[in-house]
Parts: sequence; structure tokens; C-alpha cells
Amino acid sequence: MLDLVNIFVKGIFIENMIFAYFLGMCSYLAVSKTVKTGVGLGFAVIFVLGITVPVNYLIENYVLKEGALIWLDDSFATIDLSFLSFIMFIAVIASMVQLVEMAVEKFAPALYGALGIFLPLIAVNCSILGGALFMQERQYSTIAEATSFGLGSGVGWFLAIVAIAAIREKIKYSNIPPALRGLGITFIITGLMGVAFMAFMGIEL
Amino acid sequence: MSTEVKEAAAAVVKEPSEPLFSKRNKSLLTDPLNDSNPITVQVLGICSALAITVQVKQAIVMSLSVLAVMIGGNLIISLIRNVIPSRIRIIVQLVVVASLVILVDQVLKAYVYDVSKALSVFVGLIITNCIIMGRLEAFALANKPWRSILDAIGNAAGYAWILIAVAVVRELFGSGTLMGYKLVPDAVFEMGYMNNNMMILPPMALITVGIIIWIQRSKNTALIEEN
Repeated sequence: MLDLVNIFVKGIFIENMIFAYFLGMCSYLAVSKTVKTGVGLGFAVIFVLGITVPVNYLIENYVLKEGALIWLDDSFATIDLSFLSFIMFIAVIASMVQLVEMAVEKFAPALYGALGIFLPLIAVNCSILGGALFMQERQYSTIAEATSFGLGSGVGWFLAIVAIAAIREKIKYSNIPPALRGLGITFIITGLMGVAFMAFMGIEL
Repeated sequence: MSTEVKEAAAAVVKEPSEPLFSKRNKSLLTDPLNDSNPITVQVLGICSALAITVQVKQAIVMSLSVLAVMIGGNLIISLIRNVIPSRIRIIVQLVVVASLVILVDQVLKAYVYDVSKALSVFVGLIITNCIIMGRLEAFALANKPWRSILDAIGNAAGYAWILIAVAVVRELFGSGTLMGYKLVPDAVFEMGYMNNNMMILPPMALITVGIIIWIQRSKNTALIEEN
């Protein structure tokens, strides 16, 4: 149980998707103009990561890995399908995203209007595929660990986008050089937040 | 969405034929370099711009890979745009892009193994490079193949120059080299100059891109945002 909590906390702070790996920057920068849309996209990412990482874990361990197909027949023990992992992971992710898109369109049309083109782009949010690839690379031993990693990184991403959205709402009232307004200053603030988050990197959990 | 795409496609089909490099087509190539740059204006494809700009060589290989995947993806999607049902278009696009990326990955492994190893995960993450999906979604789905190819080349070039500019700054100040050749002479180090190790860390990539945006927008004031 403690392991799961450790993986969860690690995903939020130490291995934060945005500040430690800079994954999912595109939607992070484009949808962080107000806290409200930031929260919406953040929840969408938590949801999609929380579902796709365990699903991809099952696919990795029961289909793709060398010898993973042994549950079908002993003669499959030498088959290694891991070169297919990119395409399998992305197919799972894309179908999940399409599901979320339909659900949001039906139950929260206002949010759907606000997120616009970026909801379909969650499929190409690097943090989602990055989550699946890290899961593959780190070889989590149970599906519970994979799930807690997925949720943890989702929450970390959520925190990052809400934090930057709050800063951007406040910074509207500051006197920034015109050419730096909007995107430029957001990059620089994110860089500074990244420097701050590097303090977590030394912590061993 | 689906009706819009179809209308747009129909509008393009009805146009009279035009020369290959008409003014409109040329603007597809030149606009992404400045006015609609994928990184600094459209805000797409940032992740790789940050992660692989520690060395110029990696940035160049990455740009070429993105160029190849974008041309292939835009061409294929544009050719089959009228038969893709709009509900499953994202999966279709991803499958096309993922297959192209697997090809590029194998080619890199065969011919430039050391760079491929240095790029590691980020070759795979070309699949999720939003520039590619963004252009497929916004352009290739509604335009003819030739225009889509031009759009791909233009956007890949716009992506490449930012990537290489960031990489030059980071490699020069971070390691004192360019393309692996030592540029800062030893005498300067003896006078007390030191490489700025901060430049190699990811946060400085963000700040460098921020400064490039600042310079670009000071020159091109039409791009300045409201607040």
C-alpha cells in the first residue's frame, strides 16, 4: 500500500510530467489562459491517463512483451511483438480520447466550446503517450502500481496547468513589455517554475 | 465538424486549376517561417523543441525526421481525406503517423545509430508532436495533396529554424561547442570563462524559446497579443 502512495506522490512532484520531462507542453501553453479551462483540461488528462496507463499495461504484459502470449499457447513463448508498442499504445489512447470527447460534448457543451481544438489534441498530448512509454520503461510489477502512476502523473499535470493559469490570470494586470505579452512571458514563467520544481528531483521515495 | 470539413473540401475541389507555385501556394511555404510559425505563433510541437535542443546535431536530425513524417502524413491524409469518416479521423491520422514514425525510427537506427540513441524516446514522441496532428487536422483534411505537401514543408521548416536556433544558443553557451566542434578557445577558459551548465538543463530551453519569441514579436508587431 505504501508503495502505491509513493508512486503516486512521485508522479505528482518529483517526476512531474511538465516540470521534469516537459511533456504535454502544447496544450499546457494554449489552454492555460483562464483557470476554468485549465481545470477542465486538467481533469480530462487525469481521466485519460488513469484509464490508458492500466489498459496499456495489460496490453504490454499480455500481448506485446516477449513471451507475453504464453497464456494462449506454449508455442508462442518466443514471440516478441514489442516493436508494435507505439502503434498499439496510440490506438488505445486515441479511442479513449474520442470517448472522452463524446462525453464532454454531451454533458458539458460550454466546456466543449471553450476547449475547442485542444480536446482532440489530447490524443497527441505527449504526456499521455509519455505516460504509457514510461510505464513500459519502468516495468511496474502490478496493475495497481501502473494505475497509481497514471493517476499521479495526471494530478501533477493538473497542478501545473492550474498553477500557470492562475499566474496568467493575475499577470494580465502587470506591465509587461508588449512583445513579451502572452506566450513569451508564459514560457519564461514556466522555465522559472521548472527551476523551482528541480528542487524535488533529489528526493528519494 | 464533419460538414465543415466536407464543405471546405468541396470548395477547394471546385477551384480552377492554378500554377504549381502560384502566389497562394508560395505563401504556404513562407508563412510558417514567420507569421504563422508553428512553435512561436501556433504553439505546437513544444515538447521536442525543449528536450532535444541540447546539441545542434540532434536538432537537425529531429527536424529532418519531422519533415519526412509531415510530408508523408500530409500527403496520405490528403489523398484519403474524402473517405475518412469524421468520427474516427483521429485514429486514422494516428495510425498513418505512427507507421511513418516506425519507418523513420528504423532508418535512424540503421544509419545514424548514435544520434538515434541520444534522441531515445523522442523519436517515438514524434507521433504525438502536435505540429503533425495539428496540420493534418487543420490543413490536410481539407486540401489537395500538392498544397498539403507545400504546407508540410513550410511548417517543418518553421519548426526547424526555431529548433536549430535554440540548439545553437544552448550548445554554444552550455558546452562551448557547435555540431561537436569546440568553438570557445582554451585561452578564454584560462581567463576564467566557464560553460553555463544551466543551459543544458530543460528550464533554460523554455527561457530561450521565450526570448526568441520576444525578439520575433518586437520585429513583427502584428503578432503581439492583447494582454
